[in-house]
Amino acid sequence: MPDNLTREVRLMAENGSPVPRTEPAPPGVPQQAVFDVSGVAVYYGDFRAVRDVSLDVRQHEITAFIGPSGCGKSTMLRCFNRMNDLIDTARVEGDISYHGVDLYDPAVNPVEVRRRIGMVFQKPNPFPKSIYDNVAYGPKVAGAKGNLDDVVEEALQGAALWDEVKDRLKESGMSLSGGQQQRLCIARAIATDPEVLLMDEPCSALDPIATGRIEDLMVEIKERYTIIIVTHNMQQAARVSDRTAFFTTEVNEESDRRTGLLVEYADTDKIFTTPDDERTENYVTGRFG
Amino acid sequence: MTSLASNPTSYSLEDFHGSRSRMRKERIVRAVLFTAASTSIVISVAIVASLIGEAWTFVSQVELAALWTDGWFPRRGMYDVKTLVSGSLIVTVIAMAVAGPLGLGAAVYLSEYAPATVRKVVKPALEILAGIPSVVLGFFALTFLSPVIVQRLNDEATQFNIAAAGIGVGILTIPLVASISEDAMRSVPMALREASYGLGARKITTTIRVVIPAAVSGLVAAFIVAVSRAIGETMVVFIAAGATGGSLFSTDIFRPGQTMTAAMASQAAGTDQVRGAGLTFQSLFFVGMLLFLVTLVLNVLASRFVRRVRQAY
Ligand SMILES: Nc1ncnc2c1ncn2[C@@H]1O[C@H](COP(=O)(O)OP(=O)(O)OP(=O)(O)O)[C@@H](O)[C@H]1O
Ligand SMILES: [Mg+2]
Repeated sequence: MPDNLTREVRLMAENGSPVPRTEPAPPGVPQQAVFDVSGVAVYYGDFRAVRDVSLDVRQHEITAFIGPSGCGKSTMLRCFNRMNDLIDTARVEGDISYHGVDLYDPAVNPVEVRRRIGMVFQKPNPFPKSIYDNVAYGPKVAGAKGNLDDVVEEALQGAALWDEVKDRLKESGMSLSGGQQQRLCIARAIATDPEVLLMDEPCSALDPIATGRIEDLMVEIKERYTIIIVTHNMQQAARVSDRTAFFTTEVNEESDRRTGLLVEYADTDKIFTTPDDERTENYVTGRFG
Repeated sequence: MTSLASNPTSYSLEDFHGSRSRMRKERIVRAVLFTAASTSIVISVAIVASLIGEAWTFVSQVELAALWTDGWFPRRGMYDVKTLVSGSLIVTVIAMAVAGPLGLGAAVYLSEYAPATVRKVVKPALEILAGIPSVVLGFFALTFLSPVIVQRLNDEATQFNIAAAGIGVGILTIPLVASISEDAMRSVPMALREASYGLGARKITTTIRVVIPAAVSGLVAAFIVAVSRAIGETMVVFIAAGATGGSLFSTDIFRPGQTMTAAMASQAAGTDQVRGAGLTFQSLFFVGMLLFLVTLVLNVLASRFVRRVRQAY
């Protein structure tokens, strides 16, 4: 990693200067690691929800997290933008670095982290504000002044929602259908122009057409962003992602609740065709109990 | 084979009648509940009717000029309405100027900022404040707020003054504002806060732009309840604002004043003298009627407002 980039990121806690965007590496050259995760475990109180996660997320790639319900995919995803800070009982062990900066260093301000690392949540959560104000919220919070019409339109186009709402931007975001709400949340996240987009099952409430458009969007914007997506949809992971992490749950030694763990992390092709681990193979071929 | 498993081939209407005793029981339950609900309505109607009756006697016999004079001196036949209404409104405005910011601030702190451990201590403390009898607060207003705060702000202020009474009423309503507002803010779904934080908003931004707007109908409700409480509060004003016998019309908050409630209390306290004194007794009901109308208007306005704000979101 170039030294100056690391330094720039290190500064972000202090003065909020953005990390310069880099172009995708030419074919054949491995992409830079955006996140470096090693030996991470997350606890909720005494309960260890997920353990032994080590992986690197590369720039301009789509990384998919798959695995059975409760294996800690959402928990893990929320570590990348310090969202777990909001849960009193949650505690993160191990190292997560972003462009070489320890995300959990006491000097790091989570607000600055979240301005660079956007998130779409598992359940749609639009604000009880107008559609327009929902999308404009992020830019406004980041200090954008003046007319945001173009930003709003572009974000809604990007989330494949523009045509459905362009005549009702003043209506409440809550008045949309579940699937439309989720696309509104996607638009809201991309309106802030983040460097990384964390997406927690963004398509679980969408019909196949809208899903297809969101997938197209992801592939399109990975030129500029880095995306981590949690999905229960194997085809989706296979279609859009470059690398896939498979998590599963195992019975705990210390309690009867099941702890999640990372089983295998590799190129998506490999995970879906010739995985190393038997558990991965069983899961992706649908033989998981 | 049991009879449960066999499917009847035809039904008659009687099969759907159900058990008779069961139906009778249900009818009785309904009647009891109906009585409970209607009793409270009947009582309210009776109160309003007696208010209207006596107030009407007063209005129809009093000289109208006596309703707009220099002050409220019922025993001298001076029933200046504006003295009492403005007194009540001034006390309420001062009270809300105290309780609004402090109550809302406490609510924001408790709901958004305080760690669970702090909340566990502060919330019961607030509830203790709510349990202080208003008589005690009245003396506190007279013996502490008046000399230590009000008279220091303005050395012309008399010992009995409207300002001290208003601040006292404000302190009395802080817990009310704080606890209703805090409930309203805590019932805002965590998912909305997460959405805001996830977009890089700070805590203060999230509170002001997301939590407070989403809780606004509850916050307005808190404000209304507090205003009603402040207008209806009697004891603090009775003790701290002075003017027990009567009051000249005055809008000076550093001088004694009279509110609707305190005027009623001071007359009711001297019932036997009042009885003989012509219309003074009825004037009490007249003031009660005024109080009722003011509160009613406030509530109607407020519920309109709440509805409008709700529609906006
Ligand atoms: N706020 C919380 N407090 C306590 N435990 C939690 C909390 N959130 C999640 N957990 C627990 O952590 C474990 C992992 O949850 P998580 O939501 O990360 O799973 P997931 O893989 O995203 O599942 P799904 O596919 O159903 O969304 C579960 O056992 C869950 O009960
Ligand atoms: Mg999840």
